[in-house]
Amino acid sequence: MTSAAIPTLMARGLVKRYGRVVAIDSADFDLMPGEILGVIGDNGAGKSSLIRALSGALRPDAGEIRLDGELVSFASPIEARQAGIETVYQTLALSPALSISDNMFLGREIRSSGLLGKLFHQLDRKAMADIARKKLSELGLLTIQNIQQPVETLSGGQRQGVAVARAAAFGSKVIILDEPTAALGVKESRKVLDLVLKVRARGVPIVLISHNMPHVFEVADRIHIHRLGKRATVIKPRDVSMADAVAIMTGALAPMTA
Amino acid sequence: MKTAFVGAISCALLSTVALTVPAYATDAITACLVTKTDVNPFFVKMKEGATAKAKELGIRLMTFAGKQDGDADTQIAAIESCIGSGAKGILLTPNDSSALVPVITKAREAGLLTIMLDTPLDPANAADATFATDNFKAGELIGKWAAGKLGPEAKNARIALLNLNPQQITVDYMRNQGFLKGFGIDIKNPTRIGDEDDPRIVGNAVTNANEEGGRSGMESLLQIDPDINLVYTINEPTAAGAYEAIKAAGRQGKVTVVSVDGGCPGVANIKEGVIGATSMQFPLLMASMGVEAIKTFAETGKKPEVTPGLDFFNTGVELITDQPVDGLPSITSEEGLKKCWG
Amino acid sequence: MADKFDGLPGYSGEAALSDTDAPHARFDIDNVGPLGRVQRFLHAFPTMVPLIVLALSVVGFGLFAGSKFFSPYNMSLIVQQVSIIGVLAVAQSLIILTAGIDLSVAATMVLSSVIAGHLAVRLGINAPVSLLISFACGTAIGFLNGFLVTRIRLPPFIATLGTWNVFYALNLYVSGAQSIRGAEIDAAAPMLKFFGENFSLFGTQISYGSLLLVLVFGILWYALTKTAWGRHVYAVGDDREAAELAGIRTDRVLISVYAVAGLICAIAGWSAIGRVGAVSPTSFFEGNLQSITAVVIGGISLFGGRGSILGPLIGALIVGVFQSGLRIAGVDVLWQLFAIGWLIIIAVSVDQWIRRISA
Repeated sequence: MTSAAIPTLMARGLVKRYGRVVAIDSADFDLMPGEILGVIGDNGAGKSSLIRALSGALRPDAGEIRLDGELVSFASPIEARQAGIETVYQTLALSPALSISDNMFLGREIRSSGLLGKLFHQLDRKAMADIARKKLSELGLLTIQNIQQPVETLSGGQRQGVAVARAAAFGSKVIILDEPTAALGVKESRKVLDLVLKVRARGVPIVLISHNMPHVFEVADRIHIHRLGKRATVIKPRDVSMADAVAIMTGALAPMTA
Repeated sequence: MKTAFVGAISCALLSTVALTVPAYATDAITACLVTKTDVNPFFVKMKEGATAKAKELGIRLMTFAGKQDGDADTQIAAIESCIGSGAKGILLTPNDSSALVPVITKAREAGLLTIMLDTPLDPANAADATFATDNFKAGELIGKWAAGKLGPEAKNARIALLNLNPQQITVDYMRNQGFLKGFGIDIKNPTRIGDEDDPRIVGNAVTNANEEGGRSGMESLLQIDPDINLVYTINEPTAAGAYEAIKAAGRQGKVTVVSVDGGCPGVANIKEGVIGATSMQFPLLMASMGVEAIKTFAETGKKPEVTPGLDFFNTGVELITDQPVDGLPSITSEEGLKKCWG
Repeated sequence: MADKFDGLPGYSGEAALSDTDAPHARFDIDNVGPLGRVQRFLHAFPTMVPLIVLALSVVGFGLFAGSKFFSPYNMSLIVQQVSIIGVLAVAQSLIILTAGIDLSVAATMVLSSVIAGHLAVRLGINAPVSLLISFACGTAIGFLNGFLVTRIRLPPFIATLGTWNVFYALNLYVSGAQSIRGAEIDAAAPMLKFFGENFSLFGTQISYGSLLLVLVFGILWYALTKTAWGRHVYAVGDDREAAELAGIRTDRVLISVYAVAGLICAIAGWSAIGRVGAVSPTSFFEGNLQSITAVVIGGISLFGGRGSILGPLIGALIVGVFQSGLRIAGVDVLWQLFAIGWLIIIAVSVDQWIRRISA
């Protein structure tokens, strides 16, 4: 990572106030190309507000966001998504009764090329199923037998897999993962972390928000520590111990570099 | 979003012409009218009659209605507010002959004149007076007419009975039983529909007294016996619906339909041969007589009297048909159209 | 490096909770008994329940009520009898699929038919124009419902309870609760009674209204299963928040659903004129509840997002078969109500049982 590289996603001086409460206090943020950036912070440190601002779910009062160096401003998550930023929410935003394939294409369905598609808006089910299958197998998720199976019949880890695969399939520039392992058991968390590494291997940078320090330390290239509404510091997991990171988060230890 | 508002408002405008609020002298006599529902044209007409009469006499009229047939709660609340408003009298078509007795007693104790319209209380003398159609008589007239029309064939009649609803309220069984008695059938219990065992009766069906119910009910009875040739209906919209079923089954001209009410569309249907005969009742008369009685009571303290031999004041029934039967007085649809109330 | 931190305690309380969701992971196909298999099958094909009930009730009444019931003519008659409520059930299904409920369907339908009749017969406006205006009114009422639900954020039950009363009152105001007779319609605008026409085929009597019923179901089946809009309707009903986060403009979807439902009600209003042979402001007073009955018996979940649009067609037919069968057998009307009541309870219980698979 040279200093010359342009961050894929960058924010400077973001501010968000709710009355007297300052949720984001001129925060900075940098996500470099191809990296996994962990984001950690105490409860109430404002990391979810930061992430919401980056994913278009919240409009900052001040500050700027740049995607590949270009100034951007998102009015809604849909705009952020159109710009290439995909977010996997903690709730996954999957529709349980719909199939895996329908869920992957929810909101961006493919229409048939023929007359039926143009005139009667007919969906191209086969094309969508094919792409969904391809995307899932690329990420090693084709233990899922049937692409037309409703999502509610899947395990928690499998659902997380579908949500990540959806993000990976469409997130051309950035993927944001919000607490992907919070609801999972040990084995399933393991699989999701492997999945995160696979996605990164395909060149898309990832923002990983998590409370689970071991998980963050295991997969992140760098870790953004958020405290009191702003970035306290960025560390590399091999340089700093987990205990020190926790101390920085809680304010018990001053960050080494501002 | 504007589309939604503009659309809905223009719909409202399309349906609404103008609502005028009449002004009255503050010392005018106040009367209340509480009808069964606002759905039945009979009561809509009754309200019109009362409103017109009240305007003519300079009486302030407050009107209320139950939400559906059988809704006594709303009527009780209406009477309570009426007593509270200092009205001199109440005109009521009770939705429940028993449940409304206590509140009417309360009104009488408060010095109001209480007049039942169309439907008596149980006991009838719980109110000061009742102005009503004799519904049994209304049924009997069309029953007798049907017997005369069929002549000797009456003993082979195939009869369908299209009634109101499962509750079997007073007006429902009175008309039904009156018709059967007039036709010459042993009705057994005169307050019970369906306990007859005369083989000429194909069956009973309930219709909610509208076209849709009339059609569906008639269709089912025609399935039981396609040779039905006489149909009694609770009112004229039901008769019109039954006629659609008869037409769809290809039996028009072979079935005689009789009804009760005397609404203008019903009388027009007599003219066109859809209905053979109907018993006309006079809701306008009931209402205007009621308003007059309240005025008389407020001014002189005199209460109305009942028709000799009955426990209510009979506002009359008239048989309307274009095929008169010997020995049964009737008027033609032409004359009926001048007297009808819809 | 991969296993370096295994076994270390996580930092926060949430990590400690992370194992509680294990049943998800363990839920596997292997451990289900025969009943579980049935449950899974019905979960995959929710329309099977009403279909089986329909088949059984037709056979049952055929034995019970005899050949008068089990004739081609009576079968086609049942379709005619449910043709109006069936179309209303399509509108109701759309709303219920979005986890809403529409109490105003019947009022919208009756008001639309009264407006069409009033314009064409009383005011002498040309029939197609009158019908188009009535369709526009139905759609506008739907829009208003959608607006109240999405922008004013009223629960659908409350919003449509309000509009039901408002538009029912307007219906009585316009019509004076008085029907427009068939003869007047025939003279001024026979087109209004188009759906009452019928033709015979192999001993049956098919009305155009019955064909309309099939057509409306066909179109909505296509829209719900073959288009993106349909997927979005299901997604919004299943989990509105998730759908929003997945990039669906849920407010737009909801408003469109209510508007389409309003339009369908207005079309049902046209068909109703043909069916009852008059413009009747007092018919179909209980149409909203009857349509809900057809929908729930048809296996569409009142909790949204689940069930096939073909279910309510079958549900409406089941109600029709019960009513026809019981009437022909001469059973008192109160037992008809009794039977339909149990059908509803059983249908919703089965729905709950099927849903438990994903709990």
